[in-house]
Amino acid sequence: MDVKVNILRYNPETDRKGHWEEYILEADPDERILDLLHKVKWFDDGSLAFRRSCAHGVCGSDAMVVNGENMLACQVLVKEVSTPIKIEPIRGLPVVKDLVVNMDSFFDSYKKVMPYLVNDTEPGERERLQSPEDRDRFEDTTKCILCAACTTSCPVFWTADTYVGPAAIVNAHRFVFDSRDNASKQRLEILKDVDGAFRCRTAFNCTSACPRGIQVTKAIEDVKRQTLTIN
Amino acid sequence: MKVIKHSFDGVIVGAGGAGLRAAIEAAPHMKLAVITKLYPTRSHTGAAQGGMSAALANVEEDNWNWHAFDTVKGSDYLADQPAVDILCKEAIDSVVELEHWGLPFSRLENGKIAQRRFGGHTVKEGEAPAFRACYAADRTGHMILQTLYQKCVSMGVTFFDEFQVLDIKIDDGVCKGVIAYEIATGNIHIFEARAVTFATGGFGKIYKVSSNAHSLTGDGPGILYQKGIPLEDMEFYQFHPTGIYRLGILLSEAARGEGGILRNKDGERFMERYAPSIKDLAPRDMVSRAIATEISEGNGAGPNNDFVYLDLTHLGAETIKQKLPDITDFVRTYVKIEPINEPIPVQPTAHYAMGGIPTDVNARVLSDATGTVLPGVYSAGESACVSVHGANRLGTNSLLDIVVFGKRAGQSMVDYVSSTKPMALSENAAEDLTNKIENLMDKDHNLEFSVPRIREELQDTMEENAKIFRTEESLEKQTEILTDLRDRYQNVTISDKGKVFNTELLEAIELEYLLDMSDTTVASALHRKESRGAHSRVDHVERDDKNWLKHSFAFKNDASVKLEYKDVELGNYEPKERKY
Repeated sequence: MDVKVNILRYNPETDRKGHWEEYILEADPDERILDLLHKVKWFDDGSLAFRRSCAHGVCGSDAMVVNGENMLACQVLVKEVSTPIKIEPIRGLPVVKDLVVNMDSFFDSYKKVMPYLVNDTEPGERERLQSPEDRDRFEDTTKCILCAACTTSCPVFWTADTYVGPAAIVNAHRFVFDSRDNASKQRLEILKDVDGAFRCRTAFNCTSACPRGIQVTKAIEDVKRQTLTIN
Repeated sequence: MKVIKHSFDGVIVGAGGAGLRAAIEAAPHMKLAVITKLYPTRSHTGAAQGGMSAALANVEEDNWNWHAFDTVKGSDYLADQPAVDILCKEAIDSVVELEHWGLPFSRLENGKIAQRRFGGHTVKEGEAPAFRACYAADRTGHMILQTLYQKCVSMGVTFFDEFQVLDIKIDDGVCKGVIAYEIATGNIHIFEARAVTFATGGFGKIYKVSSNAHSLTGDGPGILYQKGIPLEDMEFYQFHPTGIYRLGILLSEAARGEGGILRNKDGERFMERYAPSIKDLAPRDMVSRAIATEISEGNGAGPNNDFVYLDLTHLGAETIKQKLPDITDFVRTYVKIEPINEPIPVQPTAHYAMGGIPTDVNARVLSDATGTVLPGVYSAGESACVSVHGANRLGTNSLLDIVVFGKRAGQSMVDYVSSTKPMALSENAAEDLTNKIENLMDKDHNLEFSVPRIREELQDTMEENAKIFRTEESLEKQTEILTDLRDRYQNVTISDKGKVFNTELLEAIELEYLLDMSDTTVASALHRKESRGAHSRVDHVERDDKNWLKHSFAFKNDASVKLEYKDVELGNYEPKERKY
């Protein structure tokens, strides 16, 4: 079948602003949106820029806006979206070229929340013990692949880019609720800050955008509630 | 082209499991940079699913010697046994260390790390399948990658994200640094560094149906091969038995570890005929051959009889949800079937390179078949060949390999840096690379010589002629095809002449590495006149220990490949017939 695809193009070396380009592509309904982008790049215009690597939804490279919604281009099939298919870069981060955005501020926010286990007690020669129940408390947020689909779907983030955003809070949650971690208080102090978790207005965009099915808004609510337990 | 110079003691190329583990070891002791063409968390370690083996004995009696026996037998006796001992012995502390750094392993009721069964892993040297693979649901690689990156963030390790290393500078046999291309700007960066580790992963993109990421193009092995460093055991390429039909997306062996069964078009559990004792949990080379045989004998399913089924329907919804959530989601997403109720169409998929850059057990790169060390250059992970996997890697041993030998690469960098002085590189060190790029930029674009056309033909023909079963005829045919593709590559052109995010330029350079990987794979396979592990010669079906208990070393010799050989290092286990 022929599929009409519109891509928001921008080349900083030649364009003053972005413009839409239309492509008519021969495609199989079972192909991924990423396959369409490859068809354009490999057989039509080699300058089309987008990130991709694993092509099956685990590396988090190819978050983009397809028909108005954030998703991974490798995780959605042609038959699942309406045509013409409109593809544009994720919002709220500066566009570098075509579908590629600058991720610096996204990773800076992630690093702000101490996204690593803190436990200075002597662990001994074997593993620390953790019950399956304690392990389950943070299972959902361990799935994050840092694709930025959640953060760049958040209306608060669009207007206030100092907000750490859903992805950073998800990664804080992953440690705050880990029974082995000793730095919850410091993390929660960071998230109590003006640019922290209370910026969230529970729009739930992040939860719908997450390609890993993480209950992002719920995780943010868990973190908000947990900040009330520290003094 | 703008050229920027940096000065470091050590550089690690690649930020997957091996690169990050090396960085954790080296960073406290030197000025270190980790350079990756992706972001670290996009590395393909994150796609590994089922587990990481270590004889923790959390579920049942186990010890590392049994793990070593299984690894050696699984390798079809081509692995170097002293290296295997290190792998299996250090496995235990490596898993514990990752747990201490926060890795969220799945747990047993008593709070210890959970362990599951996996192909080729047994207790008491073959008695029964062993519960040895430590796991975090079916996203163990993701958790390892995240944990190692988190540890690096906590240590303040310096990263150059989306910088692609394209050249190494070796003067008079001594390493002086690397040259990288900054993807966002097109600027060239000279990194002075006397210790350089390549941890660039595999090269599954030489085949059409592959579980590998688009980024796995053999960059590290390619860069060194072009400098005259040999590549070891390239004929041994692993095809994972259960890739999603046509797409090649990996469905972990954990699916069979948890009780999944392979069936042909008649619903027969055919592995009972091929491996009567451990059936579906036979090593990957045997299962992939069994599937290929079923298909060629007309027992494949579907209108073209070209796949078999992975049946999980008897496992129950709860086990699937708890233990195999991701892979069953892949099936729902890409095949649109519910694996709780329906069997999944699968076929073997190009998965893992047992071969690669030759190293010793301290990750030091060897420049010939006699064991000469190349000072200052290291490799670990899939890009390296130690060799712990021999002719066929057991499942879970790659995640182990990256942490055990990643750590050793880091330690070797520290030893080397502390006993040597900084190396200087001049501004013109980048000249070879800038000339190569300018040459590609200056040529007018011609579709006939475009990267995708040459690459597609490469992948299609490698799939046809150098996959699971090989013959002298198929390999000679592929040698001719590769010569033709190489000729066309000399004229390769690109359309994008810009500086910003010019990934077409990088795909053109990566294509040369893919051609190097293919040349060495086919030449090594053509010369090895026996069948061993993943290398199955239809015209030489027996393993031949008398003549072939040795590693291949493939050297670049102008346009062709020159081969030398090195004896396998044996140990406790004498080569025996390999039966399961």
